[in-house]
Amino acid sequence: MSFHPKMAYDATFHKSSRTLADPGPAFVFTPENRARLDAIVLRYPADRKRSAVLPALYLAQSQQGYITGNAMVHIAGILEITPADVEDVVTYYTMFYTKPVGRFVLSVCRTLSCAVNGAERVVEEICAKLDIAPGQTDATGTFTLIEAECLGACDRAPVIMVNDAWQELQRPEDVGALLDALRAHGEAALTGCHHVVEKK
Amino acid sequence: MEPIITKHVREPNSFTLDFYLRHGGYESLKKALASHTPDQIIEMVKASGLRGRGGAGFPTGMKWQFVDKKSDKPRYIACNADESEPGTFKDHVIMERNPHLLIEGCAIACYAIGARIAYIYIRGEFFHVQHVLEQAIADARTRGFLGTNVFGSGFDCEVYVHRGAGAYEAGEETALLESLEGKRAQPRNKPPFPAVVGLYGCPTAVNNVETLANVPLIVQHGPEWFAAIGPEKNGGPKLYSISGHVKRPGVYEASMDVTLKELIYGEQYCQGMRDGRTLKAVIPGGSSVPILLPEHLDAQASFDGVLKAGSMLGSAGAIVLDDTTCMVWLAENLLHFYRHESCGKCTPCREGTDWLHKILRRIEHGEGQMRDLDLLASIGAQIGGKTLCAFGDAAVTPVLTTLKHFRHEYEAHIRDGRCSQVADWRARQPIGAH
Ligand SMILES: Cc1cc2nc3c(=O)[nH]c(=O)nc-3n(C[C@H](O)[C@H](O)[C@H](O)COP(=O)(O)O)c2cc1C
Ligand code: SF4
Ligand code: FES
Repeated sequence: MSFHPKMAYDATFHKSSRTLADPGPAFVFTPENRARLDAIVLRYPADRKRSAVLPALYLAQSQQGYITGNAMVHIAGILEITPADVEDVVTYYTMFYTKPVGRFVLSVCRTLSCAVNGAERVVEEICAKLDIAPGQTDATGTFTLIEAECLGACDRAPVIMVNDAWQELQRPEDVGALLDALRAHGEAALTGCHHVVEKK
Repeated sequence: MEPIITKHVREPNSFTLDFYLRHGGYESLKKALASHTPDQIIEMVKASGLRGRGGAGFPTGMKWQFVDKKSDKPRYIACNADESEPGTFKDHVIMERNPHLLIEGCAIACYAIGARIAYIYIRGEFFHVQHVLEQAIADARTRGFLGTNVFGSGFDCEVYVHRGAGAYEAGEETALLESLEGKRAQPRNKPPFPAVVGLYGCPTAVNNVETLANVPLIVQHGPEWFAAIGPEKNGGPKLYSISGHVKRPGVYEASMDVTLKELIYGEQYCQGMRDGRTLKAVIPGGSSVPILLPEHLDAQASFDGVLKAGSMLGSAGAIVLDDTTCMVWLAENLLHFYRHESCGKCTPCREGTDWLHKILRRIEHGEGQMRDLDLLASIGAQIGGKTLCAFGDAAVTPVLTTLKHFRHEYEAHIRDGRCSQVADWRARQPIGAH
């Protein structure tokens, strides 16, 4: 029965614009990753396995590069929650990717202290050098550019996070050299966090 | 004041257990377990006057006292290492260069409130720091400073690091607990406060990294020593993160009788403005607090001093801006942040930050109208004080205080149809819509 007889309750009515996560290829954790996750789960009360969802997603992302629907289903099974619970988390946090990304994800901090030290120029240089806009991956699949918010190292602005490693005091004019060095030497090209006095 | 927390951070291997033990490490924990009851520790922290370093400046001893000890549930310490407030990077230094001080603080805090587990919730971007912390925890455990029966006292304690995944809002204490439980970092209604219903519904104390790092000092030197550092009710060493257009940005440790002027111009601090420029404005407590002008710089950089000057000490992250900074651009930059970071749980904040950002963008790009200024103020008033967490108030602050102090800049943008402030650090062309 309907209170609104004029409403069309046909097949189109429940159509939602929401798209489900791409299921992607079949996914199971490698035995090593599964062992790591099982060890992490023990840090939380036995009936609170769900607490390990962020670590589980990091493991999935390190294994596959990004997080697919199948990975969410697999994690949900291990942590005894629903796939929707996992997707809810994946889509909230910025550090999980639901699409493939380049070999290096360049997260350039764009917030105030970095911006007043030239972060906007850094983004411009990267865009020009790679012919992409923020959020995109270059044609060779090597670099993905992301504009990030304050990374917590504003005294060494501008700051870029490259995957999980750091490059600080990144001047716009040195962007070309940084990209070349990354191509040639990978993350070893980065100078990291300057608190590390042992390296100098 | 001689640095205490950061005294050794520039020395090689300051993060190792051996280094820490050479400088009296874990003596405070030993002393706490051997000669004080948990309640005595809480009394000591209360007497020291230690105020939370995470933003609100709430007395830590009192927070611990509120932890429900009659409950038969387990209790928890949640250490807030989310450090995402723009302009703040002090906890970073503690965790990276002096991690054992934090771990010792966590253990004493657990003892005081009767917890067995402390979770350190660290922001996802601090992955390099997480390794240091985890190594430090493993080392401390091997030597018996953590684990079961610490120092033969019967006290059991574990410290775990929990990595976030990129969400400013996870720094809000109840959102942090939600995130720890494996959910979206969205705040809960308060009350009940975490001290009564916190992690997994159990009594929990949420404390900032720097707050916990002060606890071993209080146990070691006594509350009177601590309270005597700096002005009344603002005792103890304080870390300041200073960034922006200063010559020597960085983390500086001082007692809270230092003034903003000393921090910015002092020889042992930032040494003044870069390139001979003049100071235009300072945001003294991370991006979420009211902007101060040059005439406010004599204010004491204490909780009460900055409050008296019309702002808040917040996270003590001062962003210093010179006269090349367009204030409309600044408001747009910060509202981009708040729009991006709003957790979306309540409508005024989720929708309002987007509207504010769109209008600011329009004005900055020379497409604004005079009536937009009233619109900004009215949207600001519809958000401030009407949201679930303090984020909403924080988000409108950059707009309302730039409008208050720099309304003429907004008007000039609208009149001239463009931003006429040149600065070599700005983008050559407006970056695409995002
Ligand atoms: C939006 C928002 C973000 C916050 N971010 C942080 C943070 O990154 N780190 C932090 O220590 N406190 C943060 N806080 C403050 C915490 O809610 C909480 O007050 C603090 O962790 C308590 O610790 P304390 O008493 O030791 O200061 C934030 C608060 C709000 C409203
Ligand atoms: S004020 Fe904003 S950040 Fe806070 S709960 Fe509401 S929507 Fe979330
Ligand atoms: S503003 Fe870029 S790290 Fe803080």
